[in-house]
Amino acid sequence: MRLIAISVDPPEINRGYCRKQGYTFSFLSDTNSEVIRRYDLLHEKAGPGSVDISRPAEFLIDAGGRVRWAYLAPSIAVRARPEEIMKVIDDLGIAAGRRD
Amino acid sequence: MRRRWNVSVWAGFLVVLSAMVTYILVFIRFPATRDFPWATLLIFGAGLALIARGLIRAYREPQLYRGRIAGAILLGLGVAVLGFFCYQVFYFMRQVPPSTRAPQVGQMAPDFTLPDKDGVPITLSKLFDPGTGGAGGANGAVLIFYRGYW
Repeated sequence: MRLIAISVDPPEINRGYCRKQGYTFSFLSDTNSEVIRRYDLLHEKAGPGSVDISRPAEFLIDAGGRVRWAYLAPSIAVRARPEEIMKVIDDLGIAAGRRD
Repeated sequence: MRRRWNVSVWAGFLVVLSAMVTYILVFIRFPATRDFPWATLLIFGAGLALIARGLIRAYREPQLYRGRIAGAILLGLGVAVLGFFCYQVFYFMRQVPPSTRAPQVGQMAPDFTLPDKDGVPITLSKLFDPGTGGAGGANGAVLIFYRGYW
């Protein structure tokens, strides 16, 4: 299972943030919000200086590339809970193979 | 006789302010007190009750307690702070786009290639490809779209 974070932040910001937080999973930069748009998650003018950013959202994708679970938070302060995602992974039985 | 300082209204107002501050500094970090801010609302309630108690005391025993005017002003301000908090949490923060075209369960996730923190391009579909070696061969992925650390 791979953990992939995506935001409009450039790589150097993500590098600093990962170092600060000790994150080892992938932090991807969608600086022109192309992928964020493709997933219809664009939150227009919600960033500092009215820049476009992503709304918080989480998707569980299986090895076939299919969405198995999705969470679109009802508030910008709300995130899917890690234990909930772990439970979904267990319930779907797709974590039986390789974990990385 | 010198009237007593009405501690209750001032302490109550401090409690109201602390409700706001502790939400931002502490309770927003924990899903259980963030998603529905019950702890913060309780603190607001306690603060407003203290102010109200002080105000009632000031009116019932004006010969003993000061704070009729200050108490009324602080009660108004306290209610305003609570109103601002509720507006932020229950209205403003919920103004998220509808995202009606977001990928649904059962649909294929749109593929993409984006640079990671070191500028290395990562392609979603290649994560699952056992032939690519190294990063490939994953049995799934959790995509987390986030607002960004500015």
